[in-house]
Amino acid sequence: MTDSADLPKLRQTVSERLPKRYRAEMRFRVAGLSAVGIAVAILLLLVGSITMQALPAFTVNQLVLPVQLSGDLVDPEGDGSEDSLRRGSYGRVLQDAVREQFPEVRDRRELRALFSLYTPLNSTRLMETVLADPGLVGETHEFRMPIADDLNLYLKGRLVADRTLEPVGTMAVSEAGRDFEVTAESEAFADLRDTVSGLLNQAADNLERRAATARERAGNLSGEDREDALYDAEDLMVEAAAVRSQAALENGWVEMSDSLPSILVETGETALRVTALSADGRSARAEAMLGGGAMSDVSDWSIYVIDTPESRRRVSDQLIVWTRALVRRGFVESGLNPYLFANADSREPELAGVKGALYGSILTMLITIILSVPVGVCTAVYLEEYAPKNRFTDLIEVNINNLAAVPSIVFGLLGLAVFINAFGLPRSTPLVGGLVLSLMTLPTLIIATRAALKAVPVSIRQAALAVGASKTQTVFHHVLPLAAPGILTGSIIGLAQAMGETAPLLMIGMVAFIADAPTLGLEGLTEPATVMPIQIFLWSSSPERAFVHSTSAAILVLLVLMIGFNALAIYLRRRFERRW
Amino acid sequence: MPDNQSHSDSIAGAGEAEQPVKVQARDVCVSYSGKQALNHVSIDVPDRSVTAFIGPSGCGKSTFLRCLNRMNDTIEGARVTGSLKIDGLEVNDKSVDPVVLRANVGMVFQKPNPFPKSIYDNVAYGPRIHGLALSKDELDAIVEDSLRKAGLWDEVADRLNHPGTSLSGGQQQRLVIARAIAVNPEVILMDEPCSALDPIATAKIEELIDELRENYCIIIVTHSMQQAARVSQQTAFFHMGNLVEYGTTEDIFTNPRDPRTQDYITGRFG
Amino acid sequence: MALSKTAHIVTAYGEELDQLNDELARMGGLVETQLTTAINAIARRDAGVAGEVRQREKQVNAMQVDIEKRVLRLFALRQPMATDLRMTISALKISTDLERIGDLAKNIAYRAKDLSAYPALGLMDRVERLGAIVIQQLHVVLDALSSFEVEPAIRVWRADDEVDERYNALVREMLISMGEDSSLVEPGVHILFVAKNLERIGDHATNIAEALHFMVTAAPLEADTPPAS
Repeated sequence: MTDSADLPKLRQTVSERLPKRYRAEMRFRVAGLSAVGIAVAILLLLVGSITMQALPAFTVNQLVLPVQLSGDLVDPEGDGSEDSLRRGSYGRVLQDAVREQFPEVRDRRELRALFSLYTPLNSTRLMETVLADPGLVGETHEFRMPIADDLNLYLKGRLVADRTLEPVGTMAVSEAGRDFEVTAESEAFADLRDTVSGLLNQAADNLERRAATARERAGNLSGEDREDALYDAEDLMVEAAAVRSQAALENGWVEMSDSLPSILVETGETALRVTALSADGRSARAEAMLGGGAMSDVSDWSIYVIDTPESRRRVSDQLIVWTRALVRRGFVESGLNPYLFANADSREPELAGVKGALYGSILTMLITIILSVPVGVCTAVYLEEYAPKNRFTDLIEVNINNLAAVPSIVFGLLGLAVFINAFGLPRSTPLVGGLVLSLMTLPTLIIATRAALKAVPVSIRQAALAVGASKTQTVFHHVLPLAAPGILTGSIIGLAQAMGETAPLLMIGMVAFIADAPTLGLEGLTEPATVMPIQIFLWSSSPERAFVHSTSAAILVLLVLMIGFNALAIYLRRRFERRW
Repeated sequence: MPDNQSHSDSIAGAGEAEQPVKVQARDVCVSYSGKQALNHVSIDVPDRSVTAFIGPSGCGKSTFLRCLNRMNDTIEGARVTGSLKIDGLEVNDKSVDPVVLRANVGMVFQKPNPFPKSIYDNVAYGPRIHGLALSKDELDAIVEDSLRKAGLWDEVADRLNHPGTSLSGGQQQRLVIARAIAVNPEVILMDEPCSALDPIATAKIEELIDELRENYCIIIVTHSMQQAARVSQQTAFFHMGNLVEYGTTEDIFTNPRDPRTQDYITGRFG
Repeated sequence: MALSKTAHIVTAYGEELDQLNDELARMGGLVETQLTTAINAIARRDAGVAGEVRQREKQVNAMQVDIEKRVLRLFALRQPMATDLRMTISALKISTDLERIGDLAKNIAYRAKDLSAYPALGLMDRVERLGAIVIQQLHVVLDALSSFEVEPAIRVWRADDEVDERYNALVREMLISMGEDSSLVEPGVHILFVAKNLERIGDHATNIAEALHFMVTAAPLEADTPPAS
């Protein structure tokens, strides 16, 4: 008992320390909350940026062209047999369809450029369409194909920086030799002229800086090296002077080049590319990209500027002009990308899809589930409920715990050595992938299951035993059902981990490029396949820009799968969880 | 311990019991991994009565209780010696299957431990695994009868499909007793059945024990001497693994012979 | 001092039992004083003790109520077992006996006042003798109670027969005397009452001896109880 005289003193001592104690608690709370906040923010950033990156991959611009499936091209034998249809020149059919749109293109090089509007792989798709419906032979068919990946990106506004100017007043086009001269009523080109001059001046500045650096370097050198450096500096200075004179419009004109923005004068079905701008800002020299000819008093015209210089982009001005013409003529349709889920992998980003990897993942996971869950649960039940406690079972336990920490690539090596080399199973197949992932998942699963079994209260076992249940009845009637939510959660987490695993599958050859999705069925198990994470890995190392978006889309698909898996785990847990 | 031998001979029976002997123990010793938990216990427990085991924690009373349905088998390192007979049949005999034994010797634990299943399934579990009911009707009858005997029928008759864990603590304990009764045992062991219950629930269980006495041999381990006094006809006092004193409950609580019993009962334990 | 050598785990419980014992001993002492005072008053033909005795009687009654309360409290809060149970029950019984003895002693003191108005009687020494024996009985049994000894209690119990015999003889002689001399009737009745009261005090002492015997041995004190060895 505290003396009554001590009580106020005690109270004082306690209350003096109290604010300090509350402050400490507050600090801890703030630290915890901010940690959670940071984690959530990073997660949102990650998912957000991936989603933003992935969005373009979900839509596609498609060319919808009428193709003449004339009998002599498509059906060389003329008997309509599959054999004959397979030998048809579908490439020619597609080329003809595009040429029909731009009959003025004749030059070989230009034609080759024209045919790069789409990937030749589309001819196979056309063949399949015809094979599926031989009645199309001799008909005109509206064929849908994705536009080339770079143009697709261009149409989505993700490839170049561009803008359209609407100048006031009219303009006239007059022929000047092989080229044309555009004359505007107003100073339509003045701003562009200034922009170009500015860019040229910047370029000149750059050159002069480089010349200065070269001269400085020369000061530290001697002999021939010094001579070379000085020579370089001199060269750069001359170049800079030339550029500067251009920028100053000394001869009344500034010449355009492929390192400057492209300027296109468009009206109706005519598109002219500016080759030089005049000092007065009213006129420009231009070359024809589409159509062409002298015109006067044109009031409905525009200037289309592509700020990204031609030398620094993957599509030429000509291709852009053709694409714009096709869009204008209504042959380009924008919509959801059907190829992302309907197609397997492809070299061409516009035709590449995740179907193959998705099927591969499903088949692989099927094997993993069928093998690892029963084996893992049975092992855990035996070890936890039946196995005697001795050195041998201790050894097994230690080994299982260690296996869970083994790097996954080691399991891949094991799979390669045992399943492929020793057992002779086919490489790159979901069967071997599933076997390897089962090996990798087993330790995790066994540990999770044992933990779930351990969590079942002793009182339930005692209750069952006391009623006269045998050991096995106790385990199967009471312990396992009670441990089920824990086992399910453990299994699903282990399987989700396996689903996201890449390294061991690289070792067994599932990294190969496989253009066909495996069959969703028993035979699919021994067909070459790849899985989602590897698909992501493959696409992320592809050079095509469009694959960046495909990669993000695939990551998103994998994320959705994972979330689905985890949601299933949570649902099952809730469903089976029981109070005791 | 010199007095073990003298006790094992002298305290064989409670003396006054009119009922035939149901459980007979002679020189029962139990050790866990070499540590002696029970020393030469000899006791005769009469049928159709309640026998209470009292004593301080770790005195061996629960250990002895667990010998009776061989729950000690489930503990690693447990060793039981001596003779232990129920109805003249040796419990520890190799030929006796613990599963059969446990069907015959029901047990109720300290904490109510109904299975996380419905009330019906809790009671029906034992009869099901032992195949005691041939039809659904028969099983229904067993369940109703057991719940009635456990005094729970009126409270749960309209919600047999509710989970057993939804009942109150006292009801759960009675459900557990009904579950034990359902396999029609002859001996019911109770290991501190009321220690987790409130006084009203305790009183109900005690009333139930008193009713069950007419048909079963009940052995109850309890820490509450008042409870032992209230429910039992015979009381055995255990101390440090020895059976110190065994006699009618009246004698033990009014005039214990052994000073250790005296001190324990009056709350003088050092 | 408690019946058992070991102390209670709950100190307060042990203290309560000790206090009950002490209270009982004090009550016994007080009652013994009452009886001695009353017998002396008879012998000395002293009429002045009545007030003093009445005062003490009130005290005795209060003590009995107090003991009852203590016992009730012990039953309700401590649920005594075994020796403690027997002791508590016995304390209740003994306190009732002591209270009755107190009543009877008071009555004797009142009779002393009445008797002082009459000339001394020849049988008075017989009454004094009876009184001395009864006081001795009470004294022995109260001593035994405070030391929890069974043997003196058994002696007291056996000695009650002597008290009864002396009383019966006294009554017989008194009746003869009263028959011979009618003036003796009035004081004789008083003396008969005194003797009767003394006889009953002896009975109560015997009751206390029985309660003490049960308290210590848990067995009833019966005719065939062997003398404590």
